[in-house]
Amino acid sequence: MTYSAQGVPGGAPGTLVRRVLPVLGVVATLLLLWEGARLLFGFSEQRLPSLGSIVETMFTRTRGGTGPLLIVQMLANGWATFRVALGGFVIGGLLGFGLAVLFMRLPVLERGLMPYVIGSQTVPILAIAPMVVVGLGRMGAPAWLAKMVVAAYLTFFPVTIGMLRGLRSASPQSLDLMRSYAATPFQYFWKLRFPVSLPYLFTALKIAASAAVIGAIVAELPSGAREGIGVMILNAAQYYNSRPQALYLAILVAGLVGIGFYGLVVLAEHLIVKWRT
Amino acid sequence: MSTPPIIEFDRVNKVYQSGGGPVTALLDVSLSIATGEFIALIGPSGCGKSTLMRLIGDLEQPSSGTVRVKGKTPAQARLDRDYGIVFQAPVLYEWRTVRRNVELPLEIMGRPPAERRERAMSLLRMVGLGDFGDAYPYQLSGGMQQRAAIARALSFEPSILLMDEPFGALDEITRERMQTELLSLWSNATPRPTVIFVTHSIPEAVFLADRVVVMSPRPGRVQRIVLIDLPRPRVFETRESPRFFTLVTEVREALRATENERVGA
Ligand SMILES: Nc1ncnc2c1ncn2[C@@H]1O[C@H](COP(=O)(O)OP(=O)(O)O)[C@@H](O)[C@H]1O
Ligand SMILES: [Mg+2]
Repeated sequence: MTYSAQGVPGGAPGTLVRRVLPVLGVVATLLLLWEGARLLFGFSEQRLPSLGSIVETMFTRTRGGTGPLLIVQMLANGWATFRVALGGFVIGGLLGFGLAVLFMRLPVLERGLMPYVIGSQTVPILAIAPMVVVGLGRMGAPAWLAKMVVAAYLTFFPVTIGMLRGLRSASPQSLDLMRSYAATPFQYFWKLRFPVSLPYLFTALKIAASAAVIGAIVAELPSGAREGIGVMILNAAQYYNSRPQALYLAILVAGLVGIGFYGLVVLAEHLIVKWRT
Repeated sequence: MSTPPIIEFDRVNKVYQSGGGPVTALLDVSLSIATGEFIALIGPSGCGKSTLMRLIGDLEQPSSGTVRVKGKTPAQARLDRDYGIVFQAPVLYEWRTVRRNVELPLEIMGRPPAERRERAMSLLRMVGLGDFGDAYPYQLSGGMQQRAAIARALSFEPSILLMDEPFGALDEITRERMQTELLSLWSNATPRPTVIFVTHSIPEAVFLADRVVVMSPRPGRVQRIVLIDLPRPRVFETRESPRFFTLVTEVREALRATENERVGA
């Protein structure tokens, strides 16, 4: 190849270092601030546990010393939440995609349904989640599906909006070209509108990734759930006075799951959207 | 001309309905273009050149009068894939490699992958992009992108080539080189496509065309048709010949006459 490979994503070896170093810097600063605040204001372990005690808590055994390490149990809960979030992400993503295509083809439907789509997102998810989980449970749906539905509820909205915008962003001349080739509606879609909308879709999916994790956690809050970050947060909050470290660890795991999910979307974007510099 | 014209305008008017009221883009245009002819359309910007071209391509509909393409309606000609089109911007699909951009029309027309690929590569070699098939459009210069766009328009061997200021965004040096390249592509093609080439460069129109159609400012009308009798093949020296200067002057004066007419009106 004689053309320049400059700007090809993932090409330069220095990128990883340049990306990771700032993140590590921020983490180090936060840790310093944390311990600094403890020293400065003299917080007790209960007000703000020391980093040392948090790490220590990570490696205590659960169930009064007979269970697995706390951190292992927590990661297992994080994994459970991740699976729910992923399922909801896929369901919500497909729903959002379908709605966007429908709205693009039938503007009447967009005018009629869009207010409800927007309205759906203004209702607090904390109110919706128990309704969905309990309601679907009564109808005999498995618990994991009910939880995924809550995650999907938060996912479909950004996908609908982003995808609709993307589907409409083909330039007039690129459409003229398709017309000049006498393309079928199917070809207009798959060879032009869909690829044009991919960068928009990925922007939406990045927002949706965090939303799906939040949805999954909230869906684990109603009583009856046995595993997941939501359950972990409730437990840790209950025993906050005797062992505050667990809550901070739960938050940490929630953050890791969210970042991991986001990272997967970014990775997929890099593999698929290769033409943008 | 004994053969029937490939493109025929008969008293065509085109009025756009825009926010500020109706805009007459074309007024009473009648024009016949023969098979294999190279026509340059010239006129000040906004005089309806693009509109005229888009009527041929069934990208706009006339308000009155008729346009015939190969004896058919433009809509039928479009469905028969009778023309290829090149705009001022390359309009390459940025998510496709250069080769797959050239393949696009063939893909839509359902040609087999091996044939598509071979045809695209041979065209890319012809326009000097043989090494860039796997590059993405953003990796190419403006001139190279436009070469790819021309290759794409020629990929399915249309009998008509519509070009709307295709070299308008290029620097003068690249532009003259591309003019020569276009002429050699055109004269080597069998059969030669009929070319409608929109430009507002007088030397470009004279260098390329068999006939230069001079249009008047809004509302666009065919003001004059200047026959370009420069011998072919046209080469570098053509631009330095006395006849070239005479013809450039002739077109320039025809354009000025349209201006005066408007001022006098
Ligand atoms: N889609 C449109 N709607 C309204 N007015 C238009 C449209 N397209 C072109 N026009 C108007 O028609 C006139 C001719 O336009 P055009 O054919 O693009 O001219 P040219 O290509 O010679 O610059 C211009 O005044 C332009 O503003
Ligand atoms: Mg124009």
